[in-house]
Amino acid sequence: MYRYDTIDKEFVADRANEFREQVGRRLAGEITEEQFKPIRLMNGLYLQLHAYMLRISIPYGTLNAAKLRKLAWIAKTYDRGYGHFTTRTNLQLHWIKLKDAPDILEHLAEVEMHAMQTSGNCIRNITADPYAGATSDELDDPRVWSEAIRQWATLHPEFSFLPRKFKIAVSASAKDRTATRIYDIGLAMRRGRNGELGFEVMVGGGLGRTPYLSHTIREFLPTRRLLSYLEAILRVYNRHGRRDNPWKARIKILVNQLGAEEFARQVEEEWAKSDHELVDLPDIELARIRGHFAKSFETLPARSEAFEAAKAADPEFARWTRHNLHPHKAPGYAIVDVSLKTPGLTPGDASSEQMELVADLAERYSLDEARVNYQQNLILPHVKLEDVPAVWRELKAAGLATPNIDLVTDIIACPGLDYCTLANARAIPIAQQIAERFADDEKAEEIGELKIKISGCINACGHHHVGHIGILGVDKKGEEFYQVTLGGSGAEDAALGTILGPALPYEKVAEAVEQLVEVYLRERKDGERFLDTFRRTGVAPFKEAVYADVH
Amino acid sequence: MPTYIKLTQDGLTTVEDPFTFVADDDQYIPPGDVILSLARFQTDGERLLSEGRAVGVRVTADETVESLAYDLPRLSVVALEFPKFRDGRQYSNGRLLRERYGYEGEVRAVGDVLREQAQFMLRCGIDAFEPADGSTPEAWAHAAGRFRHVYQRAADERVPAFVLRAERQ
Repeated sequence: MYRYDTIDKEFVADRANEFREQVGRRLAGEITEEQFKPIRLMNGLYLQLHAYMLRISIPYGTLNAAKLRKLAWIAKTYDRGYGHFTTRTNLQLHWIKLKDAPDILEHLAEVEMHAMQTSGNCIRNITADPYAGATSDELDDPRVWSEAIRQWATLHPEFSFLPRKFKIAVSASAKDRTATRIYDIGLAMRRGRNGELGFEVMVGGGLGRTPYLSHTIREFLPTRRLLSYLEAILRVYNRHGRRDNPWKARIKILVNQLGAEEFARQVEEEWAKSDHELVDLPDIELARIRGHFAKSFETLPARSEAFEAAKAADPEFARWTRHNLHPHKAPGYAIVDVSLKTPGLTPGDASSEQMELVADLAERYSLDEARVNYQQNLILPHVKLEDVPAVWRELKAAGLATPNIDLVTDIIACPGLDYCTLANARAIPIAQQIAERFADDEKAEEIGELKIKISGCINACGHHHVGHIGILGVDKKGEEFYQVTLGGSGAEDAALGTILGPALPYEKVAEAVEQLVEVYLRERKDGERFLDTFRRTGVAPFKEAVYADVH
Repeated sequence: MPTYIKLTQDGLTTVEDPFTFVADDDQYIPPGDVILSLARFQTDGERLLSEGRAVGVRVTADETVESLAYDLPRLSVVALEFPKFRDGRQYSNGRLLRERYGYEGEVRAVGDVLREQAQFMLRCGIDAFEPADGSTPEAWAHAAGRFRHVYQRAADERVPAFVLRAERQ
């Protein structure tokens, strides 16, 4: 993983000092909350319903044991002993005191972490494929490019006061594990005709109240030209994006108002006028960054007898391996997904003890690496097959071995009305109710891949538009209602969901999901996922089942 | 005479402002050096320059510096107006003035100008400031100098991290 050099260390130290001084001015009453707001937001500090929330950046979702232990310690020392992993692979602490925030930033800096640009109208934390460096289907390690973007975007003098927040995702595989099509900029690595690597550049995706999938504005951008091209896109957006209405300020609105072709033309024109050599990283710097991500794996047989024996002996373990294990590029290794979706608990929450355990496992079994993905789960990316049974036993003892990756209970949910001032409705209890109805592992396995995503308001932090089943909380005369959409996807077959029918009351949601699943089980043909069946049958049979009693 | 903060050879210092801003609805143009709106410059600029005055143009955030491109060599000041702290369009205008058009006159930040923006502004080629928060040159310099390093090239002379690293190897 990337390690800070002296420059990076001094940078985060300077940031912590700056914030300490700014908080001091606020606590002394020298500046008002109104003046302080943009300052604290630049450091990821939000004022929520009950307390300050601190959003800590986890660049491209990559952690090691030291970082994870520090997060656990911060949660225990300054919060209530747990944290919430988000769909942007950050960690949120929801019960922070303002006076503690500068100390927390200093503790984070000790382990090469920060909270910069996790809020505000700037370039936010970069998202990358959570299986980077471990999966066999990648063209290159997307973290190299993500780290290059992270540094370029950090306190960018021109792009720190954009019309609205700005999110970038990087993928280097045909399989899209980062939802690149719903990002302001999605970068998908491609190999050109001459074998050169480049990016397909997609712009203008986003959810919220006007959901759009992105448009490809350039089929192939040579990788070494990445930063200068990003600078051209950001400059066009910074100058011409709407600023009169925050709901119309994301780049997706500009792209769709101009048309993707005209937007692309403006970007190309701007790019042609700029001196690329001044912006793009020299090879020596790219090589330095790349060196940090190199890993060497032991030469192992592809098959582990111990692993096979454990599977044969224990059906529970075998079930977990069917869902939570993914193939690794090195023979004899596996990628282990650690579910933070225990039915009945809050999706994405992890206690300090759980974080410490995953840190220990990362150190002992996964070459000191752990990841967070946008599904709000953790990953141990490099586990030897022969170690998998031991890892599973320890995860199970800590309540972290739910065998449900991509299944009906692997639900994405935002914090919702339980924490967030923007929310119209609760999201977490809805997720809990649904998960409890499908808590039987066998039943969940029979249903197969089914991605449920829940947002407590139209801002869509829970990605409901791209859920196979999407659930959106709305407020109707002070009561919580939920609008259900079907058929969305954030993966390589990206699509926005179709509205099922009139919004449902709070008590009806979990039951409706059960009815939708029953229709799927009845209608499905060989090997079809929920999404495939829905795409074949359309909305009618599902609608009929849920609204039958209304007729 | 009113004052403002300017980056000089001696660093950031308070200087007297010889310019008078002429609003669009002012019938009377005072004698001496003036700053005009873009529209006013287009009607009266030629005449005022021919009188031997120093002339500046105040550019709003909705306007782009491209419209000034041919006049830049004759302008003493380009004043970039920040309608709100969080409106970042003028950072692009600042960089374009310096990096694309090679403008060497004064680029002044006016409007909602707070010390939290000091480093961003200096990096985007802005070298004069009318702070709205009463900042002294010392406070401005302190805010601008908080970070020992930068990660990207901009309109200033600061050397980005990737260049320093290559030199150290």
